[in-house]
Amino acid sequence: MNQKSYDVVIIGAGIVGSMVARELSKYQLSVAVLEKEADVGMGQSTSNSAIIHSGHDPEPGTMKARMNVRGNELWYQIAPELDIPLVNTGALIVAVGAEEQAGLQPLLERGRENGVKGLEILTREQVLEMEPHLSPDVTGALSTPTAGVVDAFQGVLGAAENAATNGVEFILNAEVRGAVVEDGVLKAVETTQGRVAATWFINAAGVHSDEILHMAGDRPEFEITARRGEYFVFDDSKFRVNNVLFPMPSEKGKGILVTTTTHGNTMVGPNSDSISDKEDHAVTEHGMHEILHGATKLVPSVSPRDVIATFAGLRATGNYKPGGHGKDFLIEVSSAVRGLINLAGVESPGFASSPAIAEYVAELLKGEGVTLTEKADWTATRRRIPRFKEMDHVQRAAIIERNPAYGRIVCRCEEVTEGEILQAIHSPIPATTYDAIKRRTWLGTGRCQGSFDYPRTMEILARELGMSMTEITKKGPGSVFLYRQTKEEVV
Amino acid sequence: MSEQKQGDYRTRTDICLRCPQGCEVQTMLGPDDEILNISGNKCKLGREYVEQEIRDPRRVLPTSVRVKNGTRPLVPVWTPEPMPKGMIMDLAAESRKIEVEAPVHVGDVVLDDWRGLGIRLVASGEVERAE
Amino acid sequence: MDVNTTYDVIVIGGGPAGIAAAIEAYNENQGKVLVIERNDSLGGILPQCIHNGFGAINFGNDLPGPEYAHRYEMQLNELPVDVMLDTMVVDMTPELDIYTMSSEYGYQHFKPRAVVLAMGCRERTRAQIRLPGTRAAGIYTAGTAQRLVNIEGYMPGREIVVLGSGDIGMIMARRLTIEGAQVLGVMELLPFLTGLRRNYVQCLQDYNIPLHLSTTVSKIYGERRVEGIETVKVDEDLNHVPGTEEFIKCDTLVLSVGLIPENELSRKAGVQLDVRTNGPIVDSDMATNVPGIFAAGNVTAIYDLVDYVSKAGEVAGRSAARFARAQQAESHEGSRVVRLKPGANVGSIIPQQIYIDDLGDRDVYLSMRPNALLERMVKVELDDGGEEVMSFREQYARPAEMIIRKLKARDIEKLRASHGAELVANIS
Repeated sequence: MNQKSYDVVIIGAGIVGSMVARELSKYQLSVAVLEKEADVGMGQSTSNSAIIHSGHDPEPGTMKARMNVRGNELWYQIAPELDIPLVNTGALIVAVGAEEQAGLQPLLERGRENGVKGLEILTREQVLEMEPHLSPDVTGALSTPTAGVVDAFQGVLGAAENAATNGVEFILNAEVRGAVVEDGVLKAVETTQGRVAATWFINAAGVHSDEILHMAGDRPEFEITARRGEYFVFDDSKFRVNNVLFPMPSEKGKGILVTTTTHGNTMVGPNSDSISDKEDHAVTEHGMHEILHGATKLVPSVSPRDVIATFAGLRATGNYKPGGHGKDFLIEVSSAVRGLINLAGVESPGFASSPAIAEYVAELLKGEGVTLTEKADWTATRRRIPRFKEMDHVQRAAIIERNPAYGRIVCRCEEVTEGEILQAIHSPIPATTYDAIKRRTWLGTGRCQGSFDYPRTMEILARELGMSMTEITKKGPGSVFLYRQTKEEVV
Repeated sequence: MSEQKQGDYRTRTDICLRCPQGCEVQTMLGPDDEILNISGNKCKLGREYVEQEIRDPRRVLPTSVRVKNGTRPLVPVWTPEPMPKGMIMDLAAESRKIEVEAPVHVGDVVLDDWRGLGIRLVASGEVERAE
Repeated sequence: MDVNTTYDVIVIGGGPAGIAAAIEAYNENQGKVLVIERNDSLGGILPQCIHNGFGAINFGNDLPGPEYAHRYEMQLNELPVDVMLDTMVVDMTPELDIYTMSSEYGYQHFKPRAVVLAMGCRERTRAQIRLPGTRAAGIYTAGTAQRLVNIEGYMPGREIVVLGSGDIGMIMARRLTIEGAQVLGVMELLPFLTGLRRNYVQCLQDYNIPLHLSTTVSKIYGERRVEGIETVKVDEDLNHVPGTEEFIKCDTLVLSVGLIPENELSRKAGVQLDVRTNGPIVDSDMATNVPGIFAAGNVTAIYDLVDYVSKAGEVAGRSAARFARAQQAESHEGSRVVRLKPGANVGSIIPQQIYIDDLGDRDVYLSMRPNALLERMVKVELDDGGEEVMSFREQYARPAEMIIRKLKARDIEKLRASHGAELVANIS
C-alpha cells in the first residue's frame, strides 16, 4: 500500500482547514489536506449566512468570543490579499417592541466586554433611515459596524488555492476511515485513498470532527449534533438591504436574518432543526414556511414569488461546555493522544473565527516544540478568476481578442464564459465536477438555475478531463448526470 | 380510452385526436363489436376518429436515429403517415439500431416499407457532414 | 470599439419569431437586416422538439419541430439577410446600442435603426416552485432533458417521475419511454391536465404512463443522485393532505412547471413589462414603449402554437422595418389609442394597446390566455365600460390553450365605433 508522509496533515478542507493550511504554508513544513468530497468547501463552510460576525454575540470569556473578535480583524486584512469579496456592511440587531428594545443594552455591554468596536444603539428613526425595507414596527437596533458579508466559497477557495500555490497538497475524495495509534501517538490515518502518515494531525472535520476524535480514542463523550439551517435566495433584481439584519437572539441562536450577499442577492434564513443524519441537506416544506415567517417579521415585503434558490446547511454543534460556560469551540492539543490538534464543534461564528483559529494553531504547534521557519518565497496573494460579467465593454473586447474562449457564453443568466470555465478546470485546486465549476464561476446560479448550461458545461468538462459524458458528476462519486447514450442498448 | 361493460354491450370513451379541442366521444358497441351509437363529438371528425380508432388505431412515431460522421450524433425522424398503434414500440426499438451516414436532409427516407407495411421513417431535420 | 451602424433592423434571437421577423423586415423594405442567435443553429427550441404538432395553421400540415424551423430557414436563406450564430447579446440600451460577443466575431457594438426582441422564454425551475429536498444530481427541467436526449444524445435517467402535465412534460414522458427509460408517472398539482388533451392520449395513455392529478412532489431523497421522491395529494386550496404521502423509488425527476418570457435584455433597454405576461407591453404593431424596439413570440407571452409565434414575428418585423425607414415611430396621429385589459376569466392579453383608427390594412392578432377551465361554449367579448363592443364564440376556454382572434374587417369597424380609452376582455 502506498503510504504518504507529511509534517502536518489537516483533515477537512472547509474554511477552518483551508485557513490553517494557508497559515502553515508560510513555514518550511510539508503539509497535506485530506478532504472526503470532490472539492474544497463542500460542507457547512459554504452553506451558511456568509457573515463575518463582529463578535458581539458569544458569551464573554469563551473561545468563541476570543476567536470571533480576532478573526473579524484578520478577515479585513486577509480578504484583499486573497481577493475574497468581503463587504464591511455592518449589522443591525433589530428590536421590535418594548421587551426586545430592553434587550439591546445588555447585548451592547456583552459586545463591549468581548472587545467589539463601534457598538451603538440606534433609534427607530435612524434604523429606518438606514434600512427603508424594515418593518415600521421596529423600535430600535444595536449597530455593529465591524460586521461584514463575505463570499463564503471564495473565502475557502482563496485560502486553499493560496495554500496550494505555496506547496500544500490537497488530496480530494479522501475520506478518513480509521486512525493508526501506536504507543499513545497518532501515527497515521487510513483513508479511501490509502494510508497517510504525519507528525501532527489537525482535526478540522466539521460536522464529522467528533468521529475523528473517537477514531483516535479521544473524548468519547464529545458529540456533534448537526443542526440544519435552511435559506431562501432572491432574484438580484429585487430588494437589497444595506446592513445584515438580525432579529434579537434567542436560546436557538442568532435567529432568521436578512442579508444581501456580496453577489447582490438578498438571502433569508436560517431556521434551526436538529437532525440525525449529518449529510441531510434536504430543504423541507416546514422549514421554508418558518423562514418566510421569520423574515417577514423584519422585512414585510419578502415574497416567496421572487425566490430563485433554496439551500440547507448544517451547523456542527458540539457538546463541549468548559468551565460553566455555554457551548464552546473545542480547540486544543489532544491530551488523550499525541500528534492531534482538535478544532471541533466549530459552528457559527466559525467562519469569522477561522483566521484567528489558524493563527492559534500555529501558536499551539510552536508550543509543542514544532519549529516554524518562514519560507523565503511565500506568496501572500492570490487572484480569483476574473468575471466577464463584471468587466466593462473595453475589458470584454480585450479579453475576447486575447482568448476567443471568452467569447463563448455558457451560462446566459450569469454571463459566464467558456474562458472562465477553462480557468476553473485548470486552477490550483482543479474543478472536476459541475458544482466545483458552479462555485468558482457562479455559473448556473441565476434565474434558470443551470437549465441552459448543463449540457454545455458537461461537454467542456468531458473534453478537458478526457472523460466521457456519462462520467461527469455533479459533486463527485455517486452523482453522475447521464446514464448512457440515447441509442445505447438498454441493460 | 376507457371501457365499460354491460352484458354483451360495451361503451368506450375516447378523446378525439383530430383537433386540439379533444372531444370525449362515447361509443356503444354491440356483441359483435358493431357500432350502435356515437355521441359526445362536436363534429364529424369525432365520428371518423372513433371509427378508425376501433377498426385500426394509428399514430405517428416521432423519434431519432444515429448519424455517422455528422456534426451531431442524432437526426430526428418520424413516420409521416400514421402507423398501427400496436407496432409503435417495435418500430421504436428497431429504429434505435439504425445509423445513417451524414449528410442527412429533411425528407430523406431512413427506413422504407418496414415489414412490408408501407411504413416509412423520414428525416425531419438536417445534419451536416463533420469536416 | 467601432460602432456598426449599417443595419436597419437587428433581430435578437433566431427562433421561429426571430426568423419570421427577419424575413418580413427584409420584405417590407429590402433594408439591411441582421439576426443574432446565441446557438450554433437557427430555429430556437424547435430543433429539439422532434415531435409533430407544428405548422397546421401556417403550412396546413402537421410537422415535427425541426422541419417547421427548416422551412422558415430555407425562406430566410434566400434573402440577403445576415445571420450571426454562436453570438450573444450581452447588453442593450434604450438608445439601441447593442453589445454582442462571440468567439468568432469578438466583442461588437451595433446601433441599428430598429430592433426586434425575439429571445423566447426559459423554463421555470425547482426554486420557483420551492420544491423541498436535496440538491442531488438527477433533477432536470423538461427542456434540458429534451436537449440531452434529442440533441446531445444522452439519457438523463432510468426510472423517471415527471412533475407537471404541461405539453413538454407529457411529450418528454413519451420520449424517454421510447428510448427505453421507465416513466413511473406524471404528477399534476392542479385538478386538471395543464397541457393539450390529445397529448394526454398520445403521450401518456398510449404508453401506459399514469397521470396523477391533484398530486405534487413533497420531497426529494438522495444526497448525490436522486434516489426517490415523496408524492402527496393536495386539496382544493392546493394544500398537502397529510397521510397521503407515497414514496416512489426513482433516479430522476423531470420538471415541467411552466415557462417565463426571457426579458433580461428588455429590462436593460428600459422596456416596460406587463406583470401578467412577464413580457413587454406591446401595441398592435408589436412596438414596446421604447421607440424602435419591437417584440414578438414567447418573449411577449407564452404561446402554445408556434404558428402564431411566427405570425407575431411577421408583424414585429414589418413594423420594425417601417420604423427604420421613417427613422421614427410610425405616426399614429389622429388615431385613438385604446388599452386592452384582461377581465373575467382572462389571465392576460396581447397586444396591450391598439391604434384603433390605423388597423385597416395590417394583421392584428388578439391573444388571450384564459385563467379558468370552461368546458362549454363561451363568449369572448371586448367591453367598453360594461357595454359590449365586439364578441365572438369559442367552443370552450382552457388555461392550456390561448384564444387567438385575427381581427376581421367587421371587428375593426365595431372597435372604431367604440368610445372609451380602455376595453376589457371577458370570457363568459
